[in-house]
Amino acid sequence: MKTIKVNVVTPDGPVYDSEVEMVIAKGIAGELGILPDHIPLVAPLEISAVRLLKDGKEDLVAVSGGFLEVRPDQVTILAQSAEKGSEIDVARALRAKERAEQRLQEQRQDHIDFKRAEFALQRAINRLAVSDKK
Amino acid sequence: MASLRDIKNSINSTKKMSQITKAMEMTSAAKWNRGVMNAKSFVPYMEKIQEVTAAIASGAQGVAHPMLEAREVKKTGYVVMTSDRGLAGAFNSNVIRRVYQTIQERHKSNDEFAIIAVGRVARDFFLKRGINVALEITGVSDQPNFNDIKEIASSTVGMFADGTFDELYIYYSHYISAISQEVTEKKLLPLSDITSSKELASYEFEPSPEEILEVLLPQYAESLIYGALLDSKASEHAARMTAMKNATDNAKEMIKNYSLIYNRARQAAITQEIAEIVGGAAALE
Repeated sequence: MKTIKVNVVTPDGPVYDSEVEMVIAKGIAGELGILPDHIPLVAPLEISAVRLLKDGKEDLVAVSGGFLEVRPDQVTILAQSAEKGSEIDVARALRAKERAEQRLQEQRQDHIDFKRAEFALQRAINRLAVSDKK
Repeated sequence: MASLRDIKNSINSTKKMSQITKAMEMTSAAKWNRGVMNAKSFVPYMEKIQEVTAAIASGAQGVAHPMLEAREVKKTGYVVMTSDRGLAGAFNSNVIRRVYQTIQERHKSNDEFAIIAVGRVARDFFLKRGINVALEITGVSDQPNFNDIKEIASSTVGMFADGTFDELYIYYSHYISAISQEVTEKKLLPLSDITSSKELASYEFEPSPEEILEVLLPQYAESLIYGALLDSKASEHAARMTAMKNATDNAKEMIKNYSLIYNRARQAAITQEIAEIVGGAAALE
């Protein structure tokens, strides 16, 4: 089966580098499925799990935003942070989740920290979801 | 002439000092290695984001974004990267001198600009001179990761977006080699000349170029700040390593000189004693 090269790159270095059969990611306009020989494309991503299909198995990478760049033979995901399911620090994500929830309850909705806490909560939930499936 | 004991004391304290500088040299060498590696692992990310940004900014005609447009400059922001600690030779003073000179050339009043200080040395310097420090971050670890700097990077970019600053410059030491670092000035925002060495691809945009720029440009600007930080850290450790190596060498030189003086003084004392004994014996005869 035809494969496509996938790179997940963060400022702290590459996270994932492999040949896969299909990439499924959640863009801000909806889910995207990328197969080999896709037309060049750029799309921003939600805080979500990217699914990478390979030999009938599925690898999951939690990404915190960023965007996806597609070329016919290569997919690059540029995110400010990304972790493979096996590398997620579950305890830390749980702590982050609690902290974010606490802040959300304390603050008024128009406050800037409210937005920040909301994103933090999304990231924590995303990480926990990805690590659970492992 | 100093007494024998004084010279001995100087030798001992210089030896102690050289042990310390030697140890600092070796820790800096280890950190320098890591720092250079960190800077290297950041390169693929930076290249990629630059490529995509260049492709969108040049490819999509008629796409406007506040971060791409130069506007009338009322207030300028200067991001200054220094270390928290000294003992790194001219590392900090080079950066600060350059910024200070630039500011004095370009601005007449203190209201026209503000400093965003990374590292204690820069913060203290500018606060002491009554210059407005808008944001500061100290205690960045020697091996920073993106989370350490994310807060200040995004607030800096945010201050451009909300109009607090109309221009942002960044000053840092660019790492060239272990013995050479160069103070570099970069215009951070507005992004005017994004170029990429790679061949540009024409992309489809999902959902639209505007919405992608909305995500991409802040991320790009923040990456530039982070890249400068990594570069500056590598330079810091290299500078400290060189400074400490020089200090150790100088200490060795001093110990050598002191030993010579010490031995001479000792010899003089012995000669004098013998002369006295001989003189005493001669007087008795």
